Amino acid sequence: MKKHILSLLAFSVLFFIFSACDKEVTGEYAELQPLSPANQDLNAGAWKTVVLATPDEVAVPAPSDVNSAEYQAEVAASKQALAGLTDEQKEIIRYWSAGSVLRWNEIMRYLVAKHNLAPAPNADGTYPVPDASNPFSYPEFPFANPPYSARAYAYASVAQFDALVAGWHFKSLYNRPAPYNVDATIEPYHVVKTSLPTYPLEDAVVAGAAFTMLRALFPADTAFINEKVNEAAWYKQWAGAAVASDVTAGLNLGKSVAAKVLNRAKSDGMKNAIGSKAIQDSLQQRVEALGETSWKSLESPNRLGMLVQFGKVKPWLFDPANIEAVRPAAPPSTQSDAFKAQLEEVKREADPSDREKMRIVHFWADGTGTYTPPGHWNVFAFEEIYNAGQSEVRAARNFALLNMAMMDAAIACWEAKYHYMVPRPSQMDPSIKTLTGLPNFPAYTSGHSTFSAAGATVLGHLFPSKAATFNAWAEEASLSRLYGGIHYRMDCEAGLLCGQVIGGFAVDRARTDGAE
Amino acid sequence: MNFRTTLSLLLLLGGFGLFPVFSGAQSLTDGIFMNKKFLCAGVFYGHDAWDEYWEGTLLRTNGNIGTVTTQNVLLGLNYGITDRLNAVVMAPYVWTEASAGTLAGQSGIQDLTLGLKYNVVAFNGLGGRMSVQAVAGGSLPLTDYVADHLPLSIGLQSKTLFGRGILHYAAENNLTFLLSGTYTLRSNIEIDRESYYTTEQIYSNEVEMPDAAQLYFRGGYYSFRWGAELTASHNMTLGGFDIRRQDMPFPSNNMDLTRVGVEAFYRFSFLGDLQLLGQVNQTVAGRNMGKSLGWTLGLTKFINFNKD
Repeated sequence: MKKHILSLLAFSVLFFIFSACDKEVTGEYAELQPLSPANQDLNAGAWKTVVLATPDEVAVPAPSDVNSAEYQAEVAASKQALAGLTDEQKEIIRYWSAGSVLRWNEIMRYLVAKHNLAPAPNADGTYPVPDASNPFSYPEFPFANPPYSARAYAYASVAQFDALVAGWHFKSLYNRPAPYNVDATIEPYHVVKTSLPTYPLEDAVVAGAAFTMLRALFPADTAFINEKVNEAAWYKQWAGAAVASDVTAGLNLGKSVAAKVLNRAKSDGMKNAIGSKAIQDSLQQRVEALGETSWKSLESPNRLGMLVQFGKVKPWLFDPANIEAVRPAAPPSTQSDAFKAQLEEVKREADPSDREKMRIVHFWADGTGTYTPPGHWNVFAFEEIYNAGQSEVRAARNFALLNMAMMDAAIACWEAKYHYMVPRPSQMDPSIKTLTGLPNFPAYTSGHSTFSAAGATVLGHLFPSKAATFNAWAEEASLSRLYGGIHYRMDCEAGLLCGQVIGGFAVDRARTDGAE
Repeated sequence: MNFRTTLSLLLLLGGFGLFPVFSGAQSLTDGIFMNKKFLCAGVFYGHDAWDEYWEGTLLRTNGNIGTVTTQNVLLGLNYGITDRLNAVVMAPYVWTEASAGTLAGQSGIQDLTLGLKYNVVAFNGLGGRMSVQAVAGGSLPLTDYVADHLPLSIGLQSKTLFGRGILHYAAENNLTFLLSGTYTLRSNIEIDRESYYTTEQIYSNEVEMPDAAQLYFRGGYYSFRWGAELTASHNMTLGGFDIRRQDMPFPSNNMDLTRVGVEAFYRFSFLGDLQLLGQVNQTVAGRNMGKSLGWTLGLTKFINFNKD
């Protein structure tokens, strides 16, 4: 009897020890050290911009002199803010001081994951379409699927990059030092002192670009974006590392440059990318007329293929007139033995009892409700850029190169998908079960493979010591789709090749943009 | 005999194939004890299917999964260490499938559940025998199955510890009822990806698993030869988040489930008192779970290890 009471007691103790364990999982954002670049890239004002014709296309007025009463008043205001920092402000400063480009990239991934949900069907079997002019009602705008998000990452990155090149141009031109270099009594909070001129302030430039671009891309999150813009633009003024006119000049410049980039976005063909049933039908009829089995939606109820016309969106790195040079070679006929062999291989490879394959499938799936494959490659870039301690302008340049390549990868891949209209393995053989969600668009070529090879090629150029690793990751990401039972090996291989070609276009640009 | 309720437990494997914690817990819900050195061995087959599920609180169907069916075969042992202390051990093999769409089902050995049940105090009252019992136990996954493949996962990979209080009453005229409350601690789990979205984007492969609780009632007729009882259970996840519109379910969803059911058994004297039992269970309310109908059939047998 005593023994039993003892064992009950022992269990109770165990129970409480277990319950006292700290279970909280954090990780909403990376814990990072304050940015302290080894190289400030002071010549970045001469780097080649993407949309801007020249870095001074948007004018920034000359700042007040550091000896002026006006400037001294601003310094005093910043000192006062520093002396009165609240705990909340300190937390905001610690967060943003890791670097604005890194943080906005992280925020972008959050927004994409939040919005990466396909609209649910209506009761009558139709599907509602997200409406940018009415973003709050269901389905919320946007549906941030992989092509949408590849494009969003690209525009956000390009706007930040062009704005920062312009910012660096004016920093060099006006050369107004940071307040702590004017008044030696200022010890900024959690911001590393540098010799970089602060007019216009880089963080405000990026925040201004984010303000214009992200509100257009994610209109339902305007309130959240405004809050982040306010924090990002002003934290250095609170921290004693910038004055108010550094911030306002930066915000204005960022917004104006991003407006020009947004003009490109408005006319890049995205508004027609959704396509229509009629267009999809004609694409199906075209390949059926050639004696092929055409892709069709396996979703229930039947859903229009994802972004049927995304292949017609305007690319960054190649001339759309040359799309045929980029387009992967034609796959074998769906009636051929070669195709049958591909299909049989999928059936063999998609094995839910193979735990390692399941791990690979799930690790790279980046499906519904995630930041998508382009987001995954942004995570890799984020880590490398952070570890290298790159300046804001170089970080923005590298994200822009990566994301332009991945948007173009999406364009080339989607163009091929709806050009060839190759059915998914499960359409050809309904006994093929998939280990991940079956995407609602044609198989050939694999988006994951194209994105990943483009990403690995760009990152391998930017961080050559890890090039082999990136390529191995791209291969694994590619194979994950074969293991998942949703792609033939030919989709994966052709996607990798196409991604490498497009990544190469970004590398060509990188070699000549003045940053290397 | 304790295994009659193994059933209600197993049915809870259904829904999203979730709540393995409750399965273990419920096998230990029975108010009745094995005598010292008696072993009860049981084998059970469970079938659970749903074609509607709660996406958050919205009840819906999904043409891309159709009907999700979870089946299991469970082996269990219950041994009388003393007349007042019983030990239970059990483990199921589980397999899942979806009738529509392309998503592959999963199969495998799920979690091992161990528990001790102690008869704390028993006394005569209300024209019968009342007892207060305590159950303590835990579970741990026996294999590296994939938890993050809902709704077709076979379990959630969480290690659990649970504690339960039971109030049991058996009248001289064989009417009986039982009321129990359970608290289950659940360990965090690791999944195969490095980030996931809950209500935030989380950069970790670790998933915070909220604890769970259960209320359970059963009542009806119970004799050695046969029994028939009504059951009701309410399972709650104490935290977690809702499945977003048209999103996939996730192991740390806020999963709630209310079920009602009927159980019956008969012992065949010409087969050495081999017990055949069955149960049917209907989910009547829930959240982030399937609205399932489940049933179980089982056979159990006493083995006497006393020398005499």
